[in-house]
Amino acid sequence: MIKRIKVFSFFKLFFKEKGLIRSKKDKELIKLKQDINQIRKLIIDSVFKAGSGHPGGSLSAVELVYTLFDKFLKFDPDNPKWEDRDYFILSKGHAAPLLYTVLAYKKFFEIEELATLRKIGSRLQGHPDALKVPGVEVSTGSLGQGFGVAGGIALGLKISGKKNKVYALLGDGEIQEGSVWETAMACAHYKLSNICAIIDVNKFQIDGRVDDVMRVEPIDKKFEAFGWRSIRINGHDIKQVEDAYKWFLEYKGDKPSVIVADTVKGKGVSFMENKSEWHGKAPNENEYKAAKNEISKE
Amino acid sequence: MLRMASQRDYYGDKLIELGYKMPNLVVMDADLASSTKTVKFKNEFPERHFNLGIAEANLMLFAAGVSLTNKIVFVSSFSMFASGRAWEMIRNTIAHDRLNVKIVASHSGVAVGEDGYSHQATEDIAIIRAIPEMKVLSPADAIETQKIIEYIAYNKGPYYVRLTRETTPIFMHDYYSNNDFVEGKFIKISDGNDATIISTGSVTFFALEAVDILRKEGINVRLFNASSIKPIDKEEIIRSAKETGCILTIEDHNIIGGLGSAVTEVVSENYPVIVKRLGIPDVFGSSGKPKELFKLFGLTTDNIVSNIKYLIKNKK
Repeated sequence: MIKRIKVFSFFKLFFKEKGLIRSKKDKELIKLKQDINQIRKLIIDSVFKAGSGHPGGSLSAVELVYTLFDKFLKFDPDNPKWEDRDYFILSKGHAAPLLYTVLAYKKFFEIEELATLRKIGSRLQGHPDALKVPGVEVSTGSLGQGFGVAGGIALGLKISGKKNKVYALLGDGEIQEGSVWETAMACAHYKLSNICAIIDVNKFQIDGRVDDVMRVEPIDKKFEAFGWRSIRINGHDIKQVEDAYKWFLEYKGDKPSVIVADTVKGKGVSFMENKSEWHGKAPNENEYKAAKNEISKE
Repeated sequence: MLRMASQRDYYGDKLIELGYKMPNLVVMDADLASSTKTVKFKNEFPERHFNLGIAEANLMLFAAGVSLTNKIVFVSSFSMFASGRAWEMIRNTIAHDRLNVKIVASHSGVAVGEDGYSHQATEDIAIIRAIPEMKVLSPADAIETQKIIEYIAYNKGPYYVRLTRETTPIFMHDYYSNNDFVEGKFIKISDGNDATIISTGSVTFFALEAVDILRKEGINVRLFNASSIKPIDKEEIIRSAKETGCILTIEDHNIIGGLGSAVTEVVSENYPVIVKRLGIPDVFGSSGKPKELFKLFGLTTDNIVSNIKYLIKNKK
């Protein structure tokens, strides 16, 4: 009997190592990775077809945003204004290609519509327009503003005694805006434990390295000094990203939470990675093919 | 005996009244609650009043956010900071998304007095009026202030209401005892065909005095209280241009971009007649008593009288 179990365990381990049997968790992770890859491809597609846009800061936050939508955020694509939904605010509004792709992927609208990005008459404006796109809570694009609105939503929910959560994604360059710190102060002052800020620290802004243009580190320490609790993670490690959202959702105290996520600008396309010139530029035909090819190999 | 009252005091009282009627009404301020008089609401409904500190950009953003949770939000600060410091938040978030945020800005114009130029917003009508979706209202006295506050509380979308610091004469009570505020309509205070005065804010009282003086001299002036600056009353402007042949505008605001400009835009595109703009002549204000400052900039009954006589002489 003991012998048979041992033999069985041996085979199980053997096949597992060969990748032939997988636990449910493993399967989920593989699916999540495939989806994330697919989203990167769709981002490249839409920016290429638009002929302009912001690939760098869209690619850096794919794991952060898609994992949230896939596993944690409460929403209903058939009823975007559902009263019990959680709120996601893209404060770094230039990552619109990422938000649109995730919304399309989650069935707020057809994936085919992504091809209209930035074109005349399209709902998919260069920066997210809440009057046009289902799932966009507030129009953003002018940096810092989405974060303040997210704080206001958190306050409004709190005084209504509602349990919905509010998530706001900011760039590391974005937090140079003064109003970000006004908002940070107010969220802590009004004990908005229902808000989770996510900082996509991809270390580049239009004019170059954030460290060279205007240093913002230590970001986690700054937020802590403003009365927030913080966690610092690798924003491309799905396990760490999941754990960070759990860290927020399981919290019972009265502080606002910030996830400071180290990421790579242009992640997934080697020639775009860590290059500030890919902040706001579309690939040409050859670059487009190379980018798609590289992501497909992942 | 002339009754005097403060627009901001009446604003604070109206907020309390509305607070009882509207459980989803929220009021926000930026460390000026005792000056803008939202403190009255705070004392009555402390759980629905939020002070955001000296941070007007975030004040507007928080107001925008709270409004997105099915609330009607009144935000107040001085006109200078509500319109100037927070302009882009109003433009990109509140106005664009047509949010239910009511900006009630006190301490407008040189009527602020002793505090001087840094606190005298004389550009706010211009810069807010230029934002699509924004409506700009400017009551002439405390009674009209309450009518306008009531109106915007029940009408969806963003508004900018311009109040003054001073205690000023009440002269709109007769009109408002029978009427409610109507957006986009001027209120005719006196009739006549010799000239037209279009005035906004508390300085309209000087126009009223000037009209009485002129009437005794046989000059009949049509006087409008332009409390609705945007949308503006095109119909009345064009009709008055046709029927009186000249227009004088009066405002405690830079003559560039304010009511005078708004009236001129309509007149020049539809029925060009001579328009004279009385206001702050593209200079910064300074310290002094409001009365002294009004005299310095020609916002007086006497100057209105002489300007009307000049216009009548020079109209075609």
